[in-house]
Amino acid sequence: MKSRADCVIIGGGVVGSAIAYYLARMGMRDLVILEAEYLASGATGRCGGGIRQQWSTEPNVELAIESVRLWRTLEDELDADIEFLQGGYLVLAYTDEDVSQFEKNVELQRRLGLNVESLTPREINERVVPELNTAGVRMATWCPDDASANPFLTTQAYANAASRMGVEVELFTPVRRVLVESGRVVGVETDRGTISTPLVVNAAGSHSVLIARTAGVELPISPCRREILVTEPLERFFHPMIISFSFGIYFRQVKHGSVIGGFGDPDEPVGFNEASSLDFLVTMSRKLAHLMPVLASVKVVRQWAGLYDLTPDAQPILGPVDEVEGFFQASGFSGHGFMIAPKVAELVAQAVAGREPDLDIDRLNARRFRGETTADRSVV
Amino acid sequence: MKEDVVICRCEDITYGEILEAIAGGLTTTEELKRILRCGMGPCQGRTCMRLIARMIAEQTGRSVGDVRLPAVRPPTRPVEIGILAGGDDEE
Repeated sequence: MKSRADCVIIGGGVVGSAIAYYLARMGMRDLVILEAEYLASGATGRCGGGIRQQWSTEPNVELAIESVRLWRTLEDELDADIEFLQGGYLVLAYTDEDVSQFEKNVELQRRLGLNVESLTPREINERVVPELNTAGVRMATWCPDDASANPFLTTQAYANAASRMGVEVELFTPVRRVLVESGRVVGVETDRGTISTPLVVNAAGSHSVLIARTAGVELPISPCRREILVTEPLERFFHPMIISFSFGIYFRQVKHGSVIGGFGDPDEPVGFNEASSLDFLVTMSRKLAHLMPVLASVKVVRQWAGLYDLTPDAQPILGPVDEVEGFFQASGFSGHGFMIAPKVAELVAQAVAGREPDLDIDRLNARRFRGETTADRSVV
Repeated sequence: MKEDVVICRCEDITYGEILEAIAGGLTTTEELKRILRCGMGPCQGRTCMRLIARMIAEQTGRSVGDVRLPAVRPPTRPVEIGILAGGDDEE
């Protein structure tokens, strides 16, 4: 491991790997990624792999649209198969509240240039998924340009591309603390030695709270467990991600053929618990059997859990941290870090390199939480 | 040839593919599982993971005992969604 670097990125998830890649592409090559375990071992590798642009706040919609623009050419750019597919997202409405919120969402999304429309239950079956049970469904919003990709392959592809440009990727290297002197970053101490550096990017997901604390910075990020399961593979018969906030579900069929999905328990306590539960397995199976009756005879092969790094407004914390010069934030993704990773990483890299980010990320700075906040309503 | 021997029978991953991935830097069972899918099928790695651990040990000069096996995840055996959904009398 080198003893000094121009910049150290803490976290080998999709965000940290992508930031390293975009920094290297801008010409900053003396970089190190520090990962406590292996690439995508945290939230990235535990997520559903969906790429959604249908959000209810302007920053989230914009980041998602700009990310999809990058996603579309990523396989060529990184020279790797990442299973990117624009299979669409179908968002189901069950309640009055859903319907009125979705009308507002579609208006905002269309204003920002997204190709999104409202469907009746009948149109859902005729045009998108014939097998879906639409009992109780009032309407849905449908964006055929929403997408999905494989989180492991994407992270590996970014890290490999960064490595080819000279970036060092240090696996199984937990960070002990960020070293700060006179209000500026001077280095990072790890289990395997210390690296001197004037720039540190904190992309450690839920653990970013603990990392920031070593630099004397308190972040309003709460770790919160989310569970997920995967079935045996089937011949592929549907391509969109199907989700509902009020019914509480998201699921899709991956390229390999398995169906993967989960839901967020609104009563889940804050904490670092990543254990799987039988409650989840049973409830999720009921939800799947109800929405997609043909899945009743399909077997679940595996379940696991991961951590959402929740912020008060469900939007990430990005860019420089006011209290410590040279310390940058890229966490608090609240369950949608994978999908917006390409654009977020590019913007954070621009900020770290001292350039003007080509999209306003000041509104996503940690300092926004000093006042009142409005949360994105489209979190599943 | 030895390279064509299937190590992960659920996902059809050969000795040669695993060897190439180890040479490419994936030197833990967790990484190989995520990139190649070996051990992700219905048997959940019961057949292949010990063989893969031995391959890692051979290629990296470690002892098999030092190669960590991947996390074991429920359910123990694949179970039909319909059976899980009908799991109690609530409905």
